[in-house]
This record gives sequence, C-alpha cells and structure tokens, in this order.
Amino acid sequence: MTGTFTADEMMSVAAARSLTNGAACFVGIGLPSTAANLARRTHAPELVLIYESGTLGAKPDRLPLSIGDGVLADTADSVVSVPEIFNYWLQPGRIDFGFLGGAQIDKFGNINSTIIGGDYADPKVRLPGAGGAPEIAASCREVLVVMRQSTRSFVESVDFISSVGYGTGKGDRERLGLRGRGPVKVITDLGIMEPDPETCELTLTRLSPGADVEQVRAATGWDLAVVPEPAVQQAPSETELRVLRELKATIEGDQA
Amino acid sequence: MARILTLSEAISELVADGDSIALEGFTHLIPVAAGHEIIRQGKRDLTLCRMTPDIVYDQLIGAGCARKLVFSWGGNPGVGSLHRFRDAVQHSWPRPLEIEEHSHAGMANRYAAGASGLPFAILRGYTGTDLPAQTDSIKTVTCPFTGEVLAAVPALNPDVGVVHAQQADREGNVQMWGITGVQKEAVLASKRSLVTVEEIVDELTPRPGAVVLPKWAVTAVAEVPGGAHPSYAQGYSERDNSYYRRWDALSRDRAEFESWLKTEGLAERSAR
Repeated sequence: MTGTFTADEMMSVAAARSLTNGAACFVGIGLPSTAANLARRTHAPELVLIYESGTLGAKPDRLPLSIGDGVLADTADSVVSVPEIFNYWLQPGRIDFGFLGGAQIDKFGNINSTIIGGDYADPKVRLPGAGGAPEIAASCREVLVVMRQSTRSFVESVDFISSVGYGTGKGDRERLGLRGRGPVKVITDLGIMEPDPETCELTLTRLSPGADVEQVRAATGWDLAVVPEPAVQQAPSETELRVLRELKATIEGDQA
Repeated sequence: MARILTLSEAISELVADGDSIALEGFTHLIPVAAGHEIIRQGKRDLTLCRMTPDIVYDQLIGAGCARKLVFSWGGNPGVGSLHRFRDAVQHSWPRPLEIEEHSHAGMANRYAAGASGLPFAILRGYTGTDLPAQTDSIKTVTCPFTGEVLAAVPALNPDVGVVHAQQADREGNVQMWGITGVQKEAVLASKRSLVTVEEIVDELTPRPGAVVLPKWAVTAVAEVPGGAHPSYAQGYSERDNSYYRRWDALSRDRAEFESWLKTEGLAERSAR
C-alpha cells in the first residue's frame, strides 16, 4: 500500500495491469495510450504498441500527444501505411488487445463516439466519429475499454453504435460474424466490469479502493449487475504510481 | 511530368469551385498552407475528403468553402472536438454541411481502390454498427469463392489530392518519410495532385522506408517551407501543440473565428 492516489490513477494502473507481456496491443490515444505505456514501463516491457497511424512496435520515451506523434515513428520497429495497418495487421486477427475509449457505452459493451442526442441528421452533439474503432472492436482477439464512469457515459442504450461490444446480448457477435471475443473488461475510475458468462451483460466484478457498490450503481445508467462480494483491486504500488506520474509529467496540458 | 508552381498558381489552376478535394495527412505532414490558400482564393462548394479532418478542415468549413465532408474521424488530435465542424453539423453555420461518414479502415480502402483503378474495395468491417444505415456508400458483397458476406465501399477518386512532403527534386520527384498515412494512395487516387514540400533539392537522398512519388505521378509541386504548420514535418519541424490548444478556445466562438479568418486566415501567408 502506498500513500494517496486518485481514482484516475487507479484506473490507469488497473488498465495497464490488464495487458500481458509480449502481447500486441492496438492503442487508442488518451487513457488507453497512458495505460499501455505504463504497462510497457512496468510488468510488460515486451508489449508491442501499435497505433493506427501505422507505427508497429513503438517504444516512445514520453507519452505521445496523438496517434501520429513523431516519437512513435522515431521509435517504431516499422512504420507502415494506414491501409496496411488495417488490412494486413488488424483485419486478419494478428492483434491480441484492442484498447478503446468512447463517449458512451451500454450494458452490452457497445460504444458510441459519433453523436449524442437527437438523430444522426440532427444531433444534439456531434462527436469526432468512429475512426479505427469499429474494426478494432471487431477484429482484435480481446477488447479492453477504459472510460470514466458516470450516468452520462454509462447508458442503458447508446445513441449510436460506433463499435460493437456484445450487440443485443449473448450470441450476437457470433451471429454477426465478428471474429474477436469482444470487450472482456471495462475499466473505470470506480472499478472493473466484465461480461456475465451467461448473458454477456457487463457486471461489476471489482471495486477500486474507496469505492462502494452503491456509488458505482449511482454512476451507471442501467440497473447494474454485481457479482456477490466484489473484490477490491490492489492499490497502485509505489513503482506503478511513480512511473505513471513520471509519464504524465512528460506532456504539458491536460491530455489524459 | 510534375510542374513546379507557386502555391497560389497551383491552387488557382488545380482547384475549381465544386471539386472534391483531399488534403491528406495523418497528424504528420498536413498540407495546412495549401488549405489556407484555398480559403484565400475563396473556393466554394467543395467536397472535402480526409480520414482525419482536423484544424485546417475546421477552418475551411468555418470559412464556408465546403458543401460536403467525407471522413472517418473529425477532431482536434490530442485536444478534443472541432467546433466549426460541430457548428456546421448542429446549426448549419455558416452553411449546411452534408456528411458521408466511414471508419478509418473503410476510408483507407476507398483510397486504395481509387489508387488501384478499381470501382470498390472490400473489407471485413462495419458489421453491427449504425454506420451503414447513414450512407449509401457502405454496402455488402458476397465472396464468389467462399460465400462470406463482406463490406463494400466505393473507390474514392477526388478531383484534386493535396499532400505535404519533406522534399522534391527540381524535376518534381517527391520524397516523404516518417508517418506517411494514406498520402500515397490519396495522390494516386486523385485526378490531379499537388504536393507542397519543405524544400526543393538538387538530388533526393535515398532513405529506407521513404515513400517516393515519381514526377510522372504528380501534377504539380510547390515549395512551401513550414507548409505543414501547426502539424510537423519529420526532420524539419516539431508539432506546435500549443496552436492546437489555442484553436480549441478560439474556434468555439463564431465572432472570434471570424476575426481569426480576417486577420490570419486571409493573410498573405499562412498563420504560423
């Protein structure tokens, strides 16, 4: 146990711990990138970082500010074109982990990064869009999602399906012909959710230190299923915290 | 054979009102100066194509140059949303913006089909998402060999493809390196092309992994040092991250944007 840490730090550490050494990970910018870079500096030095700009095996010495940051190209095993990264590396299922965030997620792990409210032609808020996520969510062997939890982001059903989790429930991925397993973990600042083996509904399995079940339920827009007596995650170690803070200090501003 | 032109000549000759144009660049080597020249020349009714429309597309949209956007992720990389793009979609300001939305994999394959001279591309994508329902440019095709149903997307063949590169020689052979995204495909898919370069050199130095566009595959080359600013050109300049953050604040407000447009967007040389 260490001194104090924030819920955000716990989230980044928990997300990093979910990545295994030697795996190939397709990394989105923001929280996933922070976690993947933390993992490579702690328990998973051989983690292969792949960014959609075409950098294979990037080993950045600071946090990249975007998926096309020059530090990724400078340190990569290879830089390939964008058609190649999607067609040769992602599509055939060569990538172990897809690491995604989003604006909304529903109880079956479907993600929205397209519009909020209204309809597609007349949205309340227009978001950046799906980018690489639809095929990352479909083709990586497993998907990890990292998002801050609130009733605005964890909703009964998303306003737009930008990328598919478990669709309408168990068996839907198979019916759709999606090749990867789908979102095996959703990691938030309050805990970790995993799909129920029978229903594929996201179920709270672990709590962050200091969070309780009622707090997580209150930050979830559906009637959240919870395993009996969810375990509490191990707090960040001194090393994890130090490395995470050093990493965050490598960039200016509020980039996650 | 590529002609060496000034930026102003090149945009004037190659880009017409109503054209579809692709200013490609993946965080790196974004042809921003060329976009500003399009704003200055007051081009209208353009269909803007790009996988990752960012600040320069926000500026083109806010300046009223665009009728339609064909894209897969429209944001301010590392910062957040594009406010001029949002305002156009949500409030039709300064004019309505039609959108044709894809995933990155879909857009990359559309350019690859365009560069290949094929009518469409196939990919294993979009399945289960709400994207296909919003455009007639995502359909399915059945594999004649296995019966698998795959996504089909039409080739993207812009009237004009514009990219920025590090170097060209005096004959118009172009070389770029680092993250080269979908730039080669965008140039080869387009009917006409313009490459702005950091510098024109006597002789290109061969570099492992570099992309070379031979002079006979490019319509025009213009020497525009710093033409990617605020994005970066590996070996020449760093990304100006503070510009991206400043744009977030400036672009939220229509009046502030219009003031930027008058003082910098329409200034003789690109804002830098």
